[in-house]
Amino acid sequence: MRTDTTARTEPGTATGALLSARDLRVVFPGRRGAPPARAVDGVDLDVGAGEIVALVGESGCGKTTLARSLLGLVRPTSGTVAFDGKPLAYSSGALRSYRKRAQLVLQDPSGSLNPRHTVYDAVAEGLRIHGYAGDERAAVAEALARAGLRPPERFFLRYPHELSGGQRQRVVIAGALVLEPELIVADEPVASLDASVRGEILALLLRLRDELGLSALVVTHDLGLAWNIADRVAVMYLGRVVETGPVESVLTNPRHPYTRALLSVLPESEGAPVVLTGEPPDPSRIPSGCRFHARCQVLASGAAEAVADRCRGEDLPVLPGGGAGAVACHWVKGGGAG
Amino acid sequence: MSLLEVRDLRVTYGSGAAAVPAVRGVDLTLEAGTKLGVAGESGCGKSTLALALLRLLPASARLEGEVLLDGEDVLAMSWGRLRAVRWAGASIVFQGAMHSLNAVHRIGDQIAEPLLVHGRATPAAARARVGELLEHVGLPAARAAAYPHELSGGQRQRVMIAMALACDPRLIVADEPTTALDVMIQAQILRLIEGLVAEQSISLLMISHDLAVLADTCDRLAVMYAGRVVEEGPAREVYEAAAHPYGRALSSAFPRIGDPASRRAPRGLPGDPPDPAALPGGCTFHPRCPVALDACGELDQELREAGAGRRAACVHVGSAS
Repeated sequence: MRTDTTARTEPGTATGALLSARDLRVVFPGRRGAPPARAVDGVDLDVGAGEIVALVGESGCGKTTLARSLLGLVRPTSGTVAFDGKPLAYSSGALRSYRKRAQLVLQDPSGSLNPRHTVYDAVAEGLRIHGYAGDERAAVAEALARAGLRPPERFFLRYPHELSGGQRQRVVIAGALVLEPELIVADEPVASLDASVRGEILALLLRLRDELGLSALVVTHDLGLAWNIADRVAVMYLGRVVETGPVESVLTNPRHPYTRALLSVLPESEGAPVVLTGEPPDPSRIPSGCRFHARCQVLASGAAEAVADRCRGEDLPVLPGGGAGAVACHWVKGGGAG
Repeated sequence: MSLLEVRDLRVTYGSGAAAVPAVRGVDLTLEAGTKLGVAGESGCGKSTLALALLRLLPASARLEGEVLLDGEDVLAMSWGRLRAVRWAGASIVFQGAMHSLNAVHRIGDQIAEPLLVHGRATPAAARARVGELLEHVGLPAARAAAYPHELSGGQRQRVMIAMALACDPRLIVADEPTTALDVMIQAQILRLIEGLVAEQSISLLMISHDLAVLADTCDRLAVMYAGRVVEEGPAREVYEAAAHPYGRALSSAFPRIGDPASRRAPRGLPGDPPDPAALPGGCTFHPRCPVALDACGELDQELREAGAGRRAACVHVGSAS
């Protein structure tokens, strides 16, 4: 059963989540007197051991900033990030040992690989930074093989320009795997890949979870990707998660008007598409009340008349980050979604 | 007569031993007022095809075959005639509106340029027409004074569409018009294009890597692989029941949300698209083909009939049963 409770747990304790964010906020100061940009504006998010969570949203919704703050690459303005039950410390030594356990896989492998480093060097870099004492060659070979580049020795001396896009993405993934992390955060891991290659890379992420128990937070704008690999999905709009829950229920029975609209415009979706007008506002000018109200098709249609004052004037609580389905919408809470 | 008829179009970059065949004999037909989608992955030659239709390729590209626009061969036209056909007969909406617009000119001036170059309007009339065009694509006329950097990605793509419409062309070639846009903005732009095409009975040739979007937007669909069309037919049928194994693989790579078969089961195709400079012999798809026969390594396949109004280039099509 779904709940819309706002009960909060302490970071990563009761839920046993591997990675857990509580009321996370990242505010960037405004330039030249502009108001500050609230890129992440209160997010709770858990990733359990062996769980794949998709963080879905449009450009500018704060999903990349959120991912970076979860890895300690951006220091949150307020709120906490906890890994394995312990809050992150931001000293460089503590961050270094954290990054051994939680690795980032960047989008655009062409941009994130140094063109003058061989595949071997690219993958071994992490081992060298962390002063790996074991057999470097064996570790690199194993990581490449795990990422699907077999036989690994054949790729050691290749340069990025000699590889296809899919192979480059596999090298980036091997670089993340070589330190045997418990969690990877992948930012648009397949956005720049061809459709036929995309499926292969996603299958790799699923296989790594099944074989190594690797947890993953996948940041994407692609709802189909969530359907393909994720256990849970969190839909983000303008700095907040507006709907979250198991993939099956959120994607086949969306409740938040924004999630409904996003799903309705996919090419294969049935029923009339709800094309929202305009574009999401700037994070330095987040509307008061429900942050989606100005574009909300339900409010505009008059169907939410009973709660319209609250939509326009009353902010919604931060959704819990754990497993249960939850939605931040006055209309849904008032029973309007039927 | 069809509005556009492409006959055995071949485009080769470079020459001699370094020659790279990008398009290797493409036949396409587009009837007036209809929408044709061309799908394919990077390097399959689809953008080269789009540029070849209006002879926009660099001088190093060698073109063969015929591109008949209203019965007139674009490839054999004089430069003067070609200039008249570009924009007015057929115009292009390029991918990446950021790079296709000039950063140092106001967008109003850029939209007015084809009108002025073609002598279709006086400067004052062009200004008025620019306002109309902008409102037609959903932007306030006052935005004519804006520079490209002042617009969002979706708005820039709207400007590109306004430019393409400026000289009332009969055909619009749209090369990845919504790639790199967010899903909601993509939906807005596709609606806009569909609406304009229907309202002014313009024909549309839309090129994309996204088979799902093309199937939803277009009447007919052609799937390209390694410089050739390997499958062609009514868009829905090609997307839902492709006859060519590549078409099938490509279509199943697009997840259908709600379909239990694709839940936790991403599907792709092993291997990578071939390098146009080193194409495999026989059927170019055979190294990645799940149903290849021994003969496929040697025998090239021509497009052949694969049901009503459908063609596919595969040994399994139209043979047994």
